[in-house]
This record gives sequence, C-alpha cells and structure tokens, in this order.
Amino acid sequence: MQTEHRLEPKWLKPLLLGITLLFLGVFLALPLGVVFSEALAKGWKVYFESISEPDAIAAIKLTLLVVIITVPLNTIFGVATAWLIAKFEFRGKGILITLIDLPFAVSPVIAGLIFVLLFGSSGWLGAWLGEHDIRIVFATPGIILATLFITSPFVAREIIPLMQEQGTDEEESALTLGATGWQTFWKVTLPNIKWGLLYGVILSNARAMGEFGAVAVVSGHIRGVTTTMPLHVEILYGEYLFTAAFAVASLLTLLALLTLVLKSFIEWRIGKKRSLAH
Amino acid sequence: MKWHFRKPSVLPGFGLTLGFSLIYVTLLVLIPLGGLLLYTTKLSWSEFGAVILDPRVLASFKLSFGASFIAALINLFFGLIVAWTLARYNFFGKKIVDALVDLPFALPTAVAGIALAAIFASNGWIGSFLEPLGIQIAYSRAGVVVALIFIGLPFVVRTVQPVIEEFEKEFEEASTSLGASWWQTFSRVILPSLLPALLTGFALSFARALGEYGSIIFISSNMPYVSEIVPLIIVTKLSQFDYVGATAVGTVMLLATFVILFFINAIQIYSREKSL
Repeated sequence: MQTEHRLEPKWLKPLLLGITLLFLGVFLALPLGVVFSEALAKGWKVYFESISEPDAIAAIKLTLLVVIITVPLNTIFGVATAWLIAKFEFRGKGILITLIDLPFAVSPVIAGLIFVLLFGSSGWLGAWLGEHDIRIVFATPGIILATLFITSPFVAREIIPLMQEQGTDEEESALTLGATGWQTFWKVTLPNIKWGLLYGVILSNARAMGEFGAVAVVSGHIRGVTTTMPLHVEILYGEYLFTAAFAVASLLTLLALLTLVLKSFIEWRIGKKRSLAH
Repeated sequence: MKWHFRKPSVLPGFGLTLGFSLIYVTLLVLIPLGGLLLYTTKLSWSEFGAVILDPRVLASFKLSFGASFIAALINLFFGLIVAWTLARYNFFGKKIVDALVDLPFALPTAVAGIALAAIFASNGWIGSFLEPLGIQIAYSRAGVVVALIFIGLPFVVRTVQPVIEEFEKEFEEASTSLGASWWQTFSRVILPSLLPALLTGFALSFARALGEYGSIIFISSNMPYVSEIVPLIIVTKLSQFDYVGATAVGTVMLLATFVILFFINAIQIYSREKSL
C-alpha cells in the first residue's frame, strides 16, 4: 500500500503526474492511436483488402514460418543454458553469460551484416555456397538466422534468475528419491519456471515477428518472397500506399498489445513486477 | 589447491547442456561476430582510416552519437519523473499506464517509425500545430531524436522504478526531521542513491539508440551529411556491395557497444560494492 507523503510539497504530485501523462501520451498513446486511425482511414473494406492481398498474405506466412522455427530453437537453447548456468558452478561462466547476452546489445544492422559477411556472395563461405547452389543471404535461411541471433537471449535471460533463486535442493531431493534426470526436470524444475518460460517465449515471439533491421539487411526485399511483415510495411510505405502500410502495421500493433496484456497477466500470476528491459 | 573446472554436483546434464550451449553460442554468435572482426583485418590502417574519416561517414557518426546522447538525456529527465510517479503515487488507470511503458519493447520498430512520422509530419496530429511555429520534426534531425526517445524510453523508467520502490522511507523521514527541506532531502539523500540506476538507464538507452535503425529511417529524411545515421551508412554500403566499407563502419559501432557494456558493468560492480 502507498502511504501519504507528508514530506513532499502538495503541488508535486499533480505536477509530476501531469508531466508523466503528457510525456507518455505523446510518445506512447498517440503512436498507438495513429496506427489504427490511419489503417481505417479509408474504411474497413480497404483495410481487409490490404491485409488479404497476396503479397500481404505471403509476408504473414513468411513471418509465421520464421517464428515457428526460431522460437522453439531458442526456447530449447534458453532452457539448456539456464540449467547449465543456474545449477552448476564452473570456470568461465561469466564469459558464457556475456556471450549469451551479446546479441541483445549489438545493433540489428550489425546482426544482419555478420551473416552477409559469412554467407554473402563475396563473404567467407560465399564461393562454396555458390558452387553448391545454396542460397542463405537474400533468402529465407538468412532471415531465419538473423532472427535466431537477435532473439537468442530472451528465454535464457528470463529463466536464469528464476532457476538461480530456486537453487538445487528440490532437484537433489528428487534425485535422491530415485527420479531420473529427465523426470526431475519435467516434474520438479519445469513447474517452477513455467511462467518465466512462457514470458520468455512471448518476448521471443514478439521480437521475432517484429524484427526489422537485421532482417532488412539479409532479406534482399524480394516482394512476396523474402519480405516479412515489417519489411512489407516498409515497401508499402515507400510506395506511398500509407493506408495499406498502416493496415499491415496494425496487425503487428495488435500483437504488441497482446504481448503487453500477457506480460501483465504473467506478472499477476507470479506476483512480481518484471520488465522487458532486464 | 587443485584446479577444478567445475564444482562437483549430483545433478545430471552438465555435459549435455554445456556442449549444447557452447555449440549454439559458437555457431550463432561467436563465429559470425568473429567473422566481422576478422574481415576488418583485410583492411590496412590507411584503408580503414579512409572509410572512417570520409566526411559523409564522420557526419553520420556525429549525428548518431549526438542524437543518441540528446535522446538519452531527455529520457533520463522524463524517465525519472515517470518512474517516480509510478513508484510513489496512486492514480486512476495506473496499471494501464505502467504496462504501456513497455510498449517500445513490444512494438516493432518499423511500426513505431511510420506512426511517429505520421504524428510529427506537417499535417500530423502534433506536426500541424508545430508547423505554424516554424518547427519541423519529421524528416529532419529532430525526427531522429524523437524516434530515439521512443526507443529508449523504457530503459531509464524500468531501471530506476524498482530502486525508488525499495528506497527506505526512514532515510527521508530522518532527513526531514533533522530539518532538511524536501528539496534538500531529494537532492542530497534520494538522488545520490538513485545515481547508479540513473546512469545505467542512461547508458542502456544510449546504447540502444546508437544501434537503432528501423524506426529512424521512416522519420528521418536520410540525407547524406545531414540526417543519415550510422546503421543506414552500413546498409547503404552493403547494398552497393562495399563489404569492406560496411565492415569498417560496423567494427567501430561494435567497439562502441563494447565500451558502453563495459561502462554499464563497471557501474553495477561499483554500486554493488558500495552497498556491501
């Protein structure tokens, strides 16, 4: 519960509350509002046409394909890494944690660049890939790799602190009572981390669907082939098809709002405040 | 004492998870990032210098660092106010406002970019009020700062808010009962204890802004020498198949990121040691 702050001057609360609402109103509420207002500027018919034309459908399908591949892979990676870091003490753990966190700090454009340097036509493996007629950059595999890189820390970051808090006592008891390693993981560890895990999966999903910079660099912008939803928005916007651009953007905005709702729900379930920042 | 790679433990799965994590991180992070640094060694120092000291590239560095710094400063000021309001006051709709603070993390940057451009364009919801005053935000350098404020907004709020929430009220009460005014209490008791969190939030916001691409290219006019950011230079060089140039600029950006990460770690170690 909040207590009354007699110490503060009386005018402070209305002043700070006013500044807060004005600042967040301009920078958060207005952008949300303008997306839907622009998307529906020419009515519902144009809106539905914009999100159901073949290139838009292709973009939605590609985005979903990227998510279906990257989110499970990064979830397995996150859980394995969290188990390693939270349950064991070993040399070089700090370095491993830094490496895991690194993609979070690197510019998305650089995330794209490194894969172009590896797999592009004049990259390290470019000649070999060309001989064997394998396309990675400017094709779907490149988009998947770049997204995998960008979203790899999300699940691990969420569940490492959770697993560390819980320690190893429960697992040790289960093992002493004769459970196998897998049984211990499924029946003891997983129930303890399920909300954090779900949270990490939701974040990975949101970022995987919305990633722009990294994907833009490796995609090559082949319309209807290598354009994810954010890239489709960019193409439409560049062609001054604003209503269509905002219509596709509104789908991504709904996803962002759903992410925030689920985040609040999970916070309520675990009774603890979290932020996407940490 | 004997050197141990790991402390003994009865839990299974060390070898499996260590192997899997190392392979995954090596293939996905270590080799690609190492490839970038290795690619740079193809350049001689004079070639590297020629790319970096090119006036167009220098102008983009000035803009990227300058705009990120201004945006992070603005976020530092408003972020503190927002964090204070959310941590200390009750008001109608607080839960929604609190949840909304994370929007910049959840909203794809391209969407943020076109939305902000629409609002601040000369016929937009805010731009149409600013135009008669002769203020142009969208398609100028100010637009870059606006996008970066949006992108970095949650960092200061979310680093400072928990510290304010946990701040012991007794310190404030002690200070006030000893005769300090509220302002003295704030500036001499509260603010110093928030300083590490504020610096961390500032650095996180700055680092994020430096690498940002998606939201900016829609609200900036992207004019060379004027409103072109460093990530855009990299993208442009890549589209011209100038891998060497892109790599040189990318390496400088990567080193800047490492310096900021190091700074953030130093603040955290310093404040942890101080609190012990």
